[in-house]
Amino acid sequence: MSQIKNFTRGFIKENPVFVLLLGLCPALGVTTSAFNGLGMGLATTFVLLSSNIVVSVIKDLIPNKVRIPSFIVIIASFVTIVQLVMEAFLPELFDALGLFIPLIVVNCLVLGRAEAFASKKNTLSSIADGLGMGLGFAFALTLLGAVRELLGQGAVFGLSLIQADGMLVFVLPPGAFIGLGYLIALTNILKKSLKTE
Amino acid sequence: MEYILIIIGAVFVNNIVLSYFLGICPYIGVSSKLTTSVGMAGAVTFVMVLATVVTYLIYTFILVPFQVTYLQTISYILVISSLVQMVEIMLKKVSPALYQALGIFLPLITTNCAVLGVAILTVQREFNLLEGIVYAIANSIGFALAIILFAGIREHLDLMDIPKGMRGAPAALVVAGIMALAFMGFAGLV
Repeated sequence: MSQIKNFTRGFIKENPVFVLLLGLCPALGVTTSAFNGLGMGLATTFVLLSSNIVVSVIKDLIPNKVRIPSFIVIIASFVTIVQLVMEAFLPELFDALGLFIPLIVVNCLVLGRAEAFASKKNTLSSIADGLGMGLGFAFALTLLGAVRELLGQGAVFGLSLIQADGMLVFVLPPGAFIGLGYLIALTNILKKSLKTE
Repeated sequence: MEYILIIIGAVFVNNIVLSYFLGICPYIGVSSKLTTSVGMAGAVTFVMVLATVVTYLIYTFILVPFQVTYLQTISYILVISSLVQMVEIMLKKVSPALYQALGIFLPLITTNCAVLGVAILTVQREFNLLEGIVYAIANSIGFALAIILFAGIREHLDLMDIPKGMRGAPAALVVAGIMALAFMGFAGLV
């Protein structure tokens, strides 16, 4: 039961982007389309899940003093794997995400979960937490990407839904800030109405 | 002339925060007061320039000769995090006053993607060492400009009557969006 709770927590209640405000750089930087958002979200999910597993398995072997540097090395290794695999098999997505792939290393979400959760809990809980948080992150990025793509180009996942020119500003950087601002506001309202019920 | 173009490009046209989306965490997190944002900007400047120089040397003299450039991400993040620690220890001894001012911001910088981002961009754009240093300084000026302006606006924002759901982060993000819109006016300058 508690595993389900660990898993579902990341979607709305503790959504990394909309509620915890972690990992905002990639959330704003790559979400020009729903597809890019989903790709970035899944790449981060892989790193988060893998690093959570490794950290929770070897947590007793790491001396407390050097735990943060060790976590960073573990995370950086998985990021390098993602980088090389994506460059080989998904070169288009790799070009679109660009700089933000190596920057998964400094995504506060990944290190934050390793330090706050995986280094204290057992492996099974860490897997549930990593998956839930990662997919919550992917969900947030895909949603923001879809909103920006819809308003900017009248399409979602490349499928044209509205026959119009769209507002160019939502594809450009300012649209990312404004779109995310309103999505966070919506989440705040949603959380409040859930609480009062 | 070339250096001036790098500076104008990095500060105004492709501002690191408002157009590259690097360093958003401190930009949103520590910009609620003007004084803390000035401290953060100082600490970032210091670390960014140092980190760019050190990572550049490591890339050119270790990673490239041994053909292990795929270790870039791992080696850079290790260098940056140990550099931050070292700067913190040295600053404590050498200049306690500066340590007092920057101290609490230094550990936060390890996970500031602007520092790692600029180090990687310097290699990607094939700058030489001097151009890299100029680029790092220009980017830290750009970061300082964005965060200090933003903090000034946010101090006023606190006094406004904003709908409940929009208070805090959402309103700040919309303001950042409008700032980014204003900075887009510089496009085409370089």
